Amino acid sequence: MTDARLDVLAAYVRVAPEPILPAPIFSRGVLAWTRANLFSSWISGALTLVSLALCLWLVPPLIAWATIDAVWSAPDGALCRAHQDGACWAFIAQKMDYFRYGSYPQTERWRVDLTEIVGAALVVWLLWPRAPRRAIGAALFFIAFPILAFILLRGSDWFDLPIVDTVLWGGIFVSLLTALVGIVFSLPLGVLLALGRRSHLPVVKLASVIYIEFVRGVPFITVLFMANFMLPLFLPEGWAPDRLLRPLVGTVLFAAAYMAEEVRGGLQSINKGQFEGAMALGLNFWRMMGLVILPQALTLVIPGIVNTFIGLFKDTTLVSVVGLLDFLATVENAFKDTVWIGPTIAPTGYAFAALFYFVFCFAMSRYQAYMERRLGRGRRR
Amino acid sequence: MTQTVEQSRPSFFNDPRIRGYAYQALLVAALVALVWTAAYNAYVNMEARGIPMGFGFWDQTAGFDISQKLIPYSSLSTYGQAFWVGLLNTALVGALGVLLATPLGFAIGVARLSPNWILARIAQVYVEIMRNTPLLLQLLFWYNAVLKALPGPRQSITLTSLVFLNNRGLYVPKPVFGPGSQWLALALALGIVGAFAYRLWARRRQALTGAQAPVGIIAAAFCLGLPAIAYFAAGRPVEFDLAQLVGFNLRGGVQVSPELAALAFGLITYTAGFIAEIVRSGVLAVSSGQSEAASALGLRSGLTMKLVVIPQAMRLITPPLTSQYLSLVKNSSLAVFIGYPDLVQVFAGTVLNQTQAAVQVMAITMGVYLVISLAVALALNVTNARHALKER
Repeated sequence: MTDARLDVLAAYVRVAPEPILPAPIFSRGVLAWTRANLFSSWISGALTLVSLALCLWLVPPLIAWATIDAVWSAPDGALCRAHQDGACWAFIAQKMDYFRYGSYPQTERWRVDLTEIVGAALVVWLLWPRAPRRAIGAALFFIAFPILAFILLRGSDWFDLPIVDTVLWGGIFVSLLTALVGIVFSLPLGVLLALGRRSHLPVVKLASVIYIEFVRGVPFITVLFMANFMLPLFLPEGWAPDRLLRPLVGTVLFAAAYMAEEVRGGLQSINKGQFEGAMALGLNFWRMMGLVILPQALTLVIPGIVNTFIGLFKDTTLVSVVGLLDFLATVENAFKDTVWIGPTIAPTGYAFAALFYFVFCFAMSRYQAYMERRLGRGRRR
Repeated sequence: MTQTVEQSRPSFFNDPRIRGYAYQALLVAALVALVWTAAYNAYVNMEARGIPMGFGFWDQTAGFDISQKLIPYSSLSTYGQAFWVGLLNTALVGALGVLLATPLGFAIGVARLSPNWILARIAQVYVEIMRNTPLLLQLLFWYNAVLKALPGPRQSITLTSLVFLNNRGLYVPKPVFGPGSQWLALALALGIVGAFAYRLWARRRQALTGAQAPVGIIAAAFCLGLPAIAYFAAGRPVEFDLAQLVGFNLRGGVQVSPELAALAFGLITYTAGFIAEIVRSGVLAVSSGQSEAASALGLRSGLTMKLVVIPQAMRLITPPLTSQYLSLVKNSSLAVFIGYPDLVQVFAGTVLNQTQAAVQVMAITMGVYLVISLAVALALNVTNARHALKER
């Protein structure tokens, strides 16, 4: 009868674990999070309230402006002029073709579309780290695609494509074209300049340094002005390049200096042993660079190159100063249409343009952050 | 027994030194040929088109007026004077931009690091929007969609009748210095000297005894207090001229043109987004062991920031911050698009069009920006060398 005796001796014996109590209400769930992140102190609480007020003041009117109060379809500006507290998306919808192609002939616009699709496919191939045979993608993008784009966009008698004068080019495709030409040609030039800057030959080094520091020291607009006004003067009579080509040359020369600095950063971070190993194998300078150093250095600086490209893409808006009709310039031009004129047209147009640039640049900056994480994985402890 | 090693001499063409010389000679020849051809073509082309050579245009009458000038200028002035007007306008917007973008950028950068979730998110949204849309788009938006859409002078937006904002610009009170104002300037100069002297004394004392002194408050008292005393002692020599509605327009005060307002505002908000990122990454780069050690020593979080984290972060922040300042000055050339008469708009725009002297005008314009960039880079290198970590 031991059990009965125990029952008598011990007034209380635990036979099962006590149920686990929930944590105090202030240290769990929404309340704890709110306290820790929004009201951790008097100042923090005040800031939270001010921030909330700011959000309430800005966000709902903005959403209402863009959706509820907006005019979504209208044949002309009359309806938009009547609804002054909302965006006029009808204007964007009607001008969309102009924003995309400028004055490119209607029947030839498939050529622009085709170029854009091929370009987009190649960019995905090039940027997706797990895509197969990225070297082929790179070769196609940097060599074959520019030729294809040139033939398709400009036209050629050989392929029975009528030639479209660059005066008619405009809109989003000119912006993309400027940015792509900038990256495709400035990257090799930038690599050469970076190698020149790291060279042991004093003349080569000096020439590279002078070029890089000169270009980085002046605003992009002055480079564009120079390409536009001075390039025709520097070339023999009759050699004056096309009005589209001049700003493109300026863009490439400008971007190359910035690319060079990015690439130089990559070259500097390559271990000295890699150079020595390549030399011990008997590789000459170009083979050492092409087979050993640059593949490593360029992979390291992909984030930096993407960053430069974001800057370049934003800077393409400046080419309108020398008369090129890029996307932003077509938007500005469309404001002048007397059919649509009204107080809501400009804010709507700018909002649309901002959205376009934001989507592109934000996507690229996310990609850059992703690559940074991916490349840093090996070095993280 | 010494064994002499026969040093294998490479053949003449494979000697790296000789090859190096050859490559460099080739490069020099190519560059000289390029420059010479370009110069020759430019000479022929300019001759053929009747474009003036040399800088004779500098002293010719410009014949156009400039809407905003910090020095006397009229349409009878010379192209050279137009250059100075443009340069000063660039300097004005650059100085305004640097002075105001720095505190805004630091504030947003700190807000992004704040433990307050909603504040950090708002700062992040601000930074992403500013950094991912083109500056030109932002400037055009402020100028065309905001400032030009404001009401006219009669319906000005006003802040207690001191500051007026309408589609003709921003009006702020204008100080009028009466007789006796020189005492004010003298007091301010004395105050600044006094503040520096006090700081020097406080540092020496701290180095010797460890005793700390409230430098910030005393320095502020010197810089603000002395002029305030002088102001009343000299019988209030400074008056403020307020803008007033006369007829259909505002008279008096300082009028900030909509172009300047849009350009400065756009540059400040844009650059602040970049400065915020620099500040954030600078602070994050300071090893967390530093702030942990500081709190182990018993420093409060504010003092930890002030004495441990920020001094170390500043070392990382300064170089990219300086290059942001340079970008700001270079970006001020976007003034062309909204018609603010800066160096590029006046000189590389109007003067170039009128004189056709593209080569000279562009050389001068680029030279100015280059000199600014190189001077700042030089100054940065000097300060970097002074503030570099002294490692043993």
